[in-house]
Amino acid sequence: MSRVLPYPLLTAALLLMWLLLTSFSVGQFLLGTVVAMGASRAMAALQPAKPRIRRWQPIPKLLGMVMLDILRSNFAVASLVIRRNRPDRVSGFVIIPIELRDRTGLAILSCIVTSTPGTAWVEYAPDSGVLLLHVLDLVDEAEWVSLIKNHYEAPLMEIFE
Amino acid sequence: MSHAENLPAWAALLTSALVLIGAGLTLLGAIGTLRFRSFFERVHAPTLGTSWGTGSILLASIICFTVLESRPVVQEILIGVFISVTTPVTLMLLARAALYRDRTEGHGDVPPRSVLRRPPTS
Amino acid sequence: MTAAILLWSVTAAQTMLVGAMGCSAYRLIRGPRAQDRVLCLDAMYVSAMLLILTIGIRSGNSLYFEAALIISVLGFASSIALAKFLMRGEVIE
Repeated sequence: MSRVLPYPLLTAALLLMWLLLTSFSVGQFLLGTVVAMGASRAMAALQPAKPRIRRWQPIPKLLGMVMLDILRSNFAVASLVIRRNRPDRVSGFVIIPIELRDRTGLAILSCIVTSTPGTAWVEYAPDSGVLLLHVLDLVDEAEWVSLIKNHYEAPLMEIFE
Repeated sequence: MSHAENLPAWAALLTSALVLIGAGLTLLGAIGTLRFRSFFERVHAPTLGTSWGTGSILLASIICFTVLESRPVVQEILIGVFISVTTPVTLMLLARAALYRDRTEGHGDVPPRSVLRRPPTS
Repeated sequence: MTAAILLWSVTAAQTMLVGAMGCSAYRLIRGPRAQDRVLCLDAMYVSAMLLILTIGIRSGNSLYFEAALIISVLGFASSIALAKFLMRGEVIE
């Protein structure tokens, strides 16, 4: 299994992409399989660290929560833009100590945080596990810390650790 | 626009609503880059266009072509996946570059590197 | 009737996207600093990509999808290169 298909997820994703870009037919499926397996063999030559997914169950829940949070903060930031800058609106940096150490989990956390309007990942120190975040509408610092910790960090730790 | 007559009413209305929402969000994000005062505030603005702005226009395109060609056309998902993976990477790299430049030039009120050394006293 | 609604809303959306590109272009020219310009270039190529998609909806031709995909790939590569340049380009180490 691991000799023939070193990265099964990558191979499946490449095959799916090939089929979406061309058409769903038997010939394209065979051609796509050959290309995807060749590409994943080439990837194995680079020897990247292999992410390990321990549990699959929290993934749909996390995905749904991220979509909803992004939708909600889209409207929050849009209303901030429409109403001219309130003089009392403060934006600022928030320091959050996080326990998540898995590299893939951290990468996904950073993508979630940055693609949500209103929060941006600025800097992370791997030795102390402290994260520097920029928040657009900083009302209550503790609220943002608990949002990151409960909504995103806990499910990611469940998935990867 | 002759193909629009072939669209049933629900698909046409759904497509127009989604296109308008997506374009509106993108425009608001672009206005945000004009209105916000510092670079770190402006970093938040383009994500409006790249999250649900892109998402709803892609959804409109999926609905339009799926109904027009009466077969599932879902290749737009590729753009959605690509944009939602690449935009955070660009923005993170830019934020780090800005932080680095501000720190070396002693410009602006960015927190120093030492805040990351120790866990904050809680 | 619904065809007219679709035509008008796609036209309005295209106007809004061109407006978004204009706002980004204004910030791109005004600055004030290099990182603002790169950020707005990034926002501008996303709006251009969305504009191409709406042209595709308007013309009913799904070939525009490929152009949009290429714009998003090349735009990502260019903004990453520029952001990397900001990290290392100007500051003497």
